[in-house]
Amino acid sequence: MPTDNEFTIRIANVNGTGSASANSLLMKTLYRMGIPVAGKNYFPSNIQGLPTWYEVRASQRGYLARSGSVDIAVAMNAETYQRDLRELTSGGYLLYDSTWPRREVLRREDVHILGVPLARMCNENFDNARARILMKNIAYVGVLAALLELDLDIIRELLSQTFARKKPLLEANQIAIGLGHDYAREHLHCPLPFVARSMDGPGSKIIIDGNTAAALGCVYAGATFGAWYPITPSTSLMDAFRSFCARFRTAEDGTREYCVIQAEDELAAIGMVLGAGWNGARAFTPTSGPGISLMSEFLGYGYYAEIPAVLFDVQRVGPSTGMPTRTQQGDILSCAYASHGDTRHVLLFPSNPKECFELAATAFDLAERLQTPVIVLSDLDLGMNDWMSQELTWDDEYRPDRGKVLRSEQLEEMEAFYRYLDVDGDGVPYRTLPGEHPKGAFFTRGSGHNMYGGYTENAGEYQEVLDRLRRKWDHAASIVPRPEIRTAPGAQAGMITLGTGDSACREALDILAGRGVALDYMKIRAFPFGEEVETFLKEHKRVYVVEQNRDAQLRTLLINEAGGRDEQLVEVLHYNGMPMAATSVVSAVEADMLRDQAA
Amino acid sequence: MSYIARPKVSHPALARNELGLTMRDYVGGMSTLCAGCGHDSITGALIQAAFELSIPPHRMGKLSGIGCSSKTPAYFASSSHGFNSVHGRMPSVSTGAAAVNGRLQYIGISGDGDSLSIGIGQFVHAMRRNLNMLYLIEDNGVYGLTKGQFSASADSGSTAKRGEVNEQQPIDPCLLAIASGCGFVARGFSGDREQLVPLLKAGLSHRGFAMIDVISPCVTFNDHEGSTKSYRFTRENAYPIGHTDFIPPEVEIRAEVGVGETQQVQLHGGSSILLRRLDQEYDASDRGEAYAYLSRRQGKGEVVTGLLYVEEGAPDMHALARLGDTPLAELPYERLCPGSAALADLQDRLR
Repeated sequence: MPTDNEFTIRIANVNGTGSASANSLLMKTLYRMGIPVAGKNYFPSNIQGLPTWYEVRASQRGYLARSGSVDIAVAMNAETYQRDLRELTSGGYLLYDSTWPRREVLRREDVHILGVPLARMCNENFDNARARILMKNIAYVGVLAALLELDLDIIRELLSQTFARKKPLLEANQIAIGLGHDYAREHLHCPLPFVARSMDGPGSKIIIDGNTAAALGCVYAGATFGAWYPITPSTSLMDAFRSFCARFRTAEDGTREYCVIQAEDELAAIGMVLGAGWNGARAFTPTSGPGISLMSEFLGYGYYAEIPAVLFDVQRVGPSTGMPTRTQQGDILSCAYASHGDTRHVLLFPSNPKECFELAATAFDLAERLQTPVIVLSDLDLGMNDWMSQELTWDDEYRPDRGKVLRSEQLEEMEAFYRYLDVDGDGVPYRTLPGEHPKGAFFTRGSGHNMYGGYTENAGEYQEVLDRLRRKWDHAASIVPRPEIRTAPGAQAGMITLGTGDSACREALDILAGRGVALDYMKIRAFPFGEEVETFLKEHKRVYVVEQNRDAQLRTLLINEAGGRDEQLVEVLHYNGMPMAATSVVSAVEADMLRDQAA
Repeated sequence: MSYIARPKVSHPALARNELGLTMRDYVGGMSTLCAGCGHDSITGALIQAAFELSIPPHRMGKLSGIGCSSKTPAYFASSSHGFNSVHGRMPSVSTGAAAVNGRLQYIGISGDGDSLSIGIGQFVHAMRRNLNMLYLIEDNGVYGLTKGQFSASADSGSTAKRGEVNEQQPIDPCLLAIASGCGFVARGFSGDREQLVPLLKAGLSHRGFAMIDVISPCVTFNDHEGSTKSYRFTRENAYPIGHTDFIPPEVEIRAEVGVGETQQVQLHGGSSILLRRLDQEYDASDRGEAYAYLSRRQGKGEVVTGLLYVEEGAPDMHALARLGDTPLAELPYERLCPGSAALADLQDRLR
């Protein structure tokens, strides 16, 4: 049941009608009232005309996952009226545009129907055709403001900030808010039994999407080169990187201290990144699943020839083209082992924007320390939605860890340099940069090579290098980010997740604890897994592995790589493209426990 | 690829270049290509060109894709970094490398298989970006390593070693380059070093993408009767459009032939090219004419060689990307990180 500061609003609209600014206004208003809030956009792979939804969850307890219920539906799209009505939680409120009669919206008796003639009011008050469409959206925010007692001063302040340089638009927006608000106060029963009440929840938090945070991480880590091929949902990462660089890395005369190349395809994007990494720059490419498929051959090259590179895979729904605007964690296995032959890649799993920022920087350090491609696996939900996030902080003492790079002076003193020698016993060889020194020259190749960097077809020499790469991998396990572990007193079983599974899991753990079920919890942050993950698996007889794909890819990886046992690991899967809600985790765990008791 | 190191033999009488280096300083490992392979002659010409231009060997970046041609970077300049990438994707690696350090001399070596099939997209896009590099296509019309299949440059009507006739139209890298906006397009023949060395020197000195298609007969799979990429066919049908003389910066140009028959092109860095035309019809500075002329001659079964098109002064990728003098790879971190105060400022707007 919704209560004050605990409710979900879902707004149904038509793509391309300008609802985004109204929705973000609604979210930010709640946020500035101090109420923890999550906004999720369910949009179509389309530019204009298809249905789109935006869900705002206010949660004074701070839960940011999808709630799974809809307490208020704003039905602005005639095409989806029936569905929006059907999906409204019993006892909920449906707000619709009563300019035109909608008989079908009256078909449910267990919900409240609220009609507001949004279109008629806007037609009467605005001359311009575009404004009439846009302002309907702002007007429903006005209606919600009356129903939920949103702080009108905050709304007006937000509008002034957004349209500071567009006076006529500001005026229109202010009028539209008033239209909705006043109509609701006059004709509807205001307020609803649950409202928004100012509190000081978010504290020093910010609202940011994961892609923007990751782009900032690239800037702060000192990345100078990015190559990409536009693909939803990763596009905004490079857009953000470019705009931050335009601001922070551009001289007055227009000279740029960064380079972004829009490649002809993903095959070229990763090639450019490897070329730049080989030449000593911090380079990255943002992409999504189809891009990873295309980049696979070069990823194997990067692994075998040992070239640093950073990739961001903002995962979307597969297989194939799948649903480009929906979320999933379906690329775990394809990234872990991308490319033919014995290849394996370091993966990082941010679960919130702050981690997108921090792990982006970590990715560059790891790529250079380990001389290998590192893939940061985000997803559409994290990358493109606005998240309430901990403030991002930066340590000004940070200096990039460039790994084992021999400079001119060191080479000068050496008798000879060999590229793939394991000098320090950690499996990580020394590298040199092109043009540095004649003694540093070596030949980078994807063909068989020996520890000296020479071409080989010799069985022993080939295997020696492959075994050393495995030692490097084992070393990687000791330096990647550690998992986050939260233990619960008396817990018998454990729960593991990664990435955006975190918010649903934390909420689910609280719900389960409330029902007397205590579980230890581990959020994995990197692959290779490392000791803590193995220990967690050893210490729990039963472990729920929560992930957003059909084939239990994380579970497979835990069995393959961390000693997880088939009978021990219970799969908890969600893969329909919508972000996971805590309720589905709770019911999966409870169902398993019932089965267990019955057995 | 060679795994046999070449013994380094020096002789006091060997000629030295401005850097005091001899030709020996520009050689690489021993070639493992077939004896008589055209590619090895091209390597020899490249070594001579780099030596004569006094390019510091370790300041070259040698890149290639996959195939016989792509083994070549191992056979010259053993004191420079090499990057033997994956099939058809040397242009993208070169693009990334050049973007972060424009101070090296990039030499890409590809083949007709590598550049005109899987690599055709990257090849064209590198020209479109006007990447500053010398791009060689060692063109033999055939797949050597997989034993004699036609490549995309095989002429219509030419035969394979076993007699099969190619019925598809060839892709001519020179026509493709001219059409793609490339500012330096030439064709050489591995058997004509006298023509090839000046072309290579001019290509190395050109600011921007310099594409040289070098007909390089495959002695094992495509040097027979019926091949249009054999030594014999190329010798008999080569149609040089003129002589290309590469003039270093300090040399005064004295035209030895009448006005109207020579064309001088000033290159980046002060050097220039002097073209002595054999065919009065030909104008290497007119893109449209060059395309038409080449197509016309090709229709007659002739292999036009020489500097086919040149346009100096078009902005290269470096300029288009507004990059400064210091390579991105060498910028100090302190300049790249906006710092914690800027981060705090930024977040004020995210509340």
